[in-house]
Amino acid sequence: MAGAGGVFVFIEQTDGALEDSSLEVLGKAREIADRLGSKVTGAVLGEGVRPLAEECARRGAHTVLVADSPLLKNFTAEAYTDVVAGMVKARDPDMLLIGATHNGTALAGMLAIRLGAGLMAHVVDLEIEQGTGMLLGSVPGFGGSIVAVCKCKKGRPQMATVRPGVFQTPKPTDQAGAVEAFAVALKPEDVRCQVVERTVQHSASVSKAQRIVVAGLGCKDDLSLPKKLAEASGSAFGVSRPLADKGVAPKNLVIGSTGSSLNAKLAVVVGVSGAAHFTSGLRNVETVVAVNSDPDAEIFKHADYCVVGDAAKVVPKLISELGGSSP
Amino acid sequence: MNLIVCLKVTPKIEQIKFDEQKKTIVREGVENEINEADKNALEAALKLKDAAGGKVVVLSMGPPSFEPFLKLAIAMGADDAVLLSDRVFGGADTYATSRVLAAGVEKLKPYDMVLCGEASSDGSTEQVPPSIAGWLGIPHVSYVSEISVVGDRVRARREVTDGHEVVEVRPPVLASVQLGCNSPRFPDFRRKRWAEKEFKLRVMSNQDLGFAPADVGLEGSRTEVTGLSRMRSPERKREFIKGTEEEVAKRLAQIVRA
Ligand SMILES: Cc1cc2nc3c(=O)[nH]c(=O)nc-3n(C[C@H](O)[C@H](O)[C@H](O)COP(=O)(O)OP(=O)(O)OC[C@H]3O[C@@H](n4cnc5c(N)ncnc54)[C@H](O)[C@@H]3O)c2cc1C
Ligand SMILES: Nc1ncnc2c1ncn2[C@@H]1O[C@H](COP(=O)(O)O)[C@@H](O)[C@H]1O
Repeated sequence: MAGAGGVFVFIEQTDGALEDSSLEVLGKAREIADRLGSKVTGAVLGEGVRPLAEECARRGAHTVLVADSPLLKNFTAEAYTDVVAGMVKARDPDMLLIGATHNGTALAGMLAIRLGAGLMAHVVDLEIEQGTGMLLGSVPGFGGSIVAVCKCKKGRPQMATVRPGVFQTPKPTDQAGAVEAFAVALKPEDVRCQVVERTVQHSASVSKAQRIVVAGLGCKDDLSLPKKLAEASGSAFGVSRPLADKGVAPKNLVIGSTGSSLNAKLAVVVGVSGAAHFTSGLRNVETVVAVNSDPDAEIFKHADYCVVGDAAKVVPKLISELGGSSP
Repeated sequence: MNLIVCLKVTPKIEQIKFDEQKKTIVREGVENEINEADKNALEAALKLKDAAGGKVVVLSMGPPSFEPFLKLAIAMGADDAVLLSDRVFGGADTYATSRVLAAGVEKLKPYDMVLCGEASSDGSTEQVPPSIAGWLGIPHVSYVSEISVVGDRVRARREVTDGHEVVEVRPPVLASVQLGCNSPRFPDFRRKRWAEKEFKLRVMSNQDLGFAPADVGLEGSRTEVTGLSRMRSPERKREFIKGTEEEVAKRLAQIVRA
């Protein structure tokens, strides 16, 4: 029977903090399992992570397996693949879902080969096929401009990584699932990568901002003007990817297919050309304003209000018009 | 160090059109280029070679039309290039693609490091690199922005959610390199002429790799596409605001305040 093996979810944590995307995936997994009349199993790997497993058990997992070991303290693709593959073989789930973070993606690619499973990459939607009960994933390609609906024709479990931010975080309930320890058979020599340093600073995602100013390469390397505009208009601040690649803005501010998707009421986009990998992040914005010196810029096709002009001139005028001190 | 760079040739995606009637991607007349992130991977490999010596070999799976781009990689400084090309490799998903590329890597033994881009600009699955590492049974370090050799180890800085980490690992290892993490060098003019005229690309077919046809390409894939559609962008007003700088600023301020 389809779905009898249930839905398996890898739950990611870093230094004892759960990844938001894992909870989102857990919520969706529960919805799918309820439809198929099957169960959700979560897996938490790390050191001293039982409290995290208990939290997942309150958020929709029927069972959470905990692999607790100093060798799993840091994420490393091979060691995590070993352990999760062992869990999957023991449980024989029908589906395996993983949040498409950098670590989740690295795990999924290696795990799919180990399990001989089909893998759908960073899906933006998941459905169950009528009649067959198979998992259908919406896989974006070409910068997010085209979506392929895919399924796993061979191999089990049916695997998908899920783009962060597309599903809702499930609320905690009083009905807690079971938490079970999973024995780890790793030896120190199985962990070939050593993490020698880590700097992580949790920050709120720009995808939740109501208003945002987004700067692109047309702002040159000096982002003080667009930042001032963000301040004067009470907006969050984001960038196109090349500005983050150059190191003038942090990566978590990137908008687009490899960054955040916006859900804002208003986005003012300054000096961005409008490549597909960028504009896919604007799809859910209510009103888009674009400023660009090139009248033929692609971005104008994705804007409600278009201003052809030099950002260095338009932005200061707008700031003083908004009552901000002119820079 | 023996370095292998997996390099794909991709269509310029802004030129891609979608046929709404047939629900297919129109590739006719679309120009190709070396996948952007793979140029960063090649540059990272060339830098490692500059620092520690060794050899850089470019490896690609694709049709014969990839040849000029592999020669471009030679002109940029790669020592050799291998194209895995066979009709039976066509239509592969990440499972079948990584399987063939891993077999290509095995043919190039001994190697210390395999470098990939973080993603292809068309498929952008980011799954081929960890899957190649899965077939080879070697460690994989993803989203690498800096890489160096320290003693008998490879040291890499990689990006994670909201931060970064530094990892050390003994070769052999597969690293996927972040798009935009370095500035790829330009092809050398004289080397380019030499590559075009004299360099002999090594082409390997399935006969060389020895797979059962059912294990590669469309048939060897684990996933299938059941339908394609265009992600519809919302209809936008596309109103151009005109006037003096003051008038434009006033109108913009109204919109922003609303
Ligand atoms: C696999 C992959 C994933 C990617 N993911 C992302 C992603 O998630 N997010 C993303 O943003 N990009 C992404 N990219 C890169 C993307 O393809 C584009 O290269 C990028 O979005 C371009 O950034 P930009 O518009 O800021 O710069 P450019 O394309 O250089 O555009 C700058 C614009 O500024 C305008 N301009 C110049 N001077 C001025 C001025 N004085 N005043 C006003 N306007 C001016 C120019 O007319 C031009 O339109 C990805 C690429 C690949 C291959
Ligand atoms: N056909 C191919 N030939 C060579 N390398 C490839 C091929 N497909 C993918 N790759 C490598 O895998 C990386 C990620 O691709 P993808 O998984 O398609 O996003 C690319 O940047 C390349 O380094």
